[in-house]
Amino acid sequence: MATINIPTPLRKFTDQKRNFETDRQTLSDAIDHLVATYPGVKNNLLDEEGKVRSFIKVYIEDNEVNPNENGSVELSEDTEISIVPAIAGGI
Amino acid sequence: MNNWNDVEFSKEELGHYSRHLTIPEFGMEGQKKLKAAKVLAVGTGGLGAPMLQYLAAAGVGTIGIIDFDKIEASNLHRQVLFGVSDIGRPKVEVTKERLLEINPHITVNVYETQLTSENALDILKGYDVVADGTDNFPTRYLVNDASVMLDIPNVHGSIFQFEGQVSVFNYVDDEGNRGPNYRDLFPEPPPPGLVPSCAEAGVLGVLPGIIGCLQASEVIKIITGIGEPLAGRLFLFDALSFKTRTVKITKNRENPLTGEHPTLTELIDYQAFCGIPGQGQEAELNIPEVSVQEYKEWLTHGEDIQLIDVREPHEYEIAEIGGELIPLNTVLDHADKISRDKKVVVHCRSGKRSADAIRQLRDKYGFNNLYNLKGGILAWSKEIDESVPQY
Repeated sequence: MATINIPTPLRKFTDQKRNFETDRQTLSDAIDHLVATYPGVKNNLLDEEGKVRSFIKVYIEDNEVNPNENGSVELSEDTEISIVPAIAGGI
Repeated sequence: MNNWNDVEFSKEELGHYSRHLTIPEFGMEGQKKLKAAKVLAVGTGGLGAPMLQYLAAAGVGTIGIIDFDKIEASNLHRQVLFGVSDIGRPKVEVTKERLLEINPHITVNVYETQLTSENALDILKGYDVVADGTDNFPTRYLVNDASVMLDIPNVHGSIFQFEGQVSVFNYVDDEGNRGPNYRDLFPEPPPPGLVPSCAEAGVLGVLPGIIGCLQASEVIKIITGIGEPLAGRLFLFDALSFKTRTVKITKNRENPLTGEHPTLTELIDYQAFCGIPGQGQEAELNIPEVSVQEYKEWLTHGEDIQLIDVREPHEYEIAEIGGELIPLNTVLDHADKISRDKKVVVHCRSGKRSADAIRQLRDKYGFNNLYNLKGGILAWSKEIDESVPQY
């Protein structure tokens, strides 16, 4: 099962769960699985065309994923996917 | 960082810095570089408080601090530069006092103003490093763009609830390679309201302490040239799971500042860039408002008014003024609970989310009887009922 790390701003849509495990084989299927399980995530993660929004980065291990290649990115049993949104807090 | 060779120390300074001087990689050279350096901290809040204390203690010769806020009680759980007796005083004024108490051998420049497109280049110019500890996206992009235009490394820290991010932007290494900047990481900001601020969403008090200290460490590394700055990488920290990760930041060919076809050659209107309406535009949105005094008068005169509270349940637990709780992100789903045949006052903490709720309800369902409570529950607490807690 690949694991998606859910960032704090999205956790209010995932019942505060910090990780999401998926048996899907590609990144785009894994994201679809996440969104289908937690529909509230959708508008905050994806734009109208279903692409990851431009203020959010997706990483597999330590490397950024090109948002246009989500469909072709294959996942293995122990792949760790991180969703990293822009956050601005500081004071 | 210029002319550090000529820097001299008094006997008192040598005593103050002795534990730095005894680190072989740091030594007198590192300490001289620190004393010759000028660092500008943008924001003297949660991130700035720990960072500035360490930079001052470490002996950064000139520290600039820019902030226009005054100290409030809600700052004190994390902004450890300040105490209860400082409430109401300008942050920069108290910060300067504390920093000079920590280290009288440094110079502290104070800018009690908001960083804007008009003043940013003048203020940043002459500093060797900028440390960004602000709390909003427009200023993040402004600091980024100004530091790129002035060729200054930008040590970035940001926090949200239990999570922090750190990076060093616009860093030029010894071989002249320029690292990525904030626009490479996040080409565009989120739309207003999608990522709540710390004021709305809260933050674990100790988190900015951790992230601000990491910023201080990166500033010191950049100045002294020791170690490898966090350039081209983004450090992620989750206090809840104690997971840390350092991911790579790739350059964006379409970066309007440093990409293949740069189009940004001067600072822009960052409020507009972040989709935040300016004063004129806000008036165009024409959201009807009611002051807390007017609303109180309506109640006193026995008017039949529905009060809707669009904050989150945990905020309602802290303080409430009798409103019906319908959180902003569910307001369209519960439009049937909102009256159409009498005045409806909508409130949140400060008035921003309630304005957004009214706009959504008006645009989607045509409500024309909604009034935004100006200043929200905070204004109610300040002007009408002091027993309502402020948070």
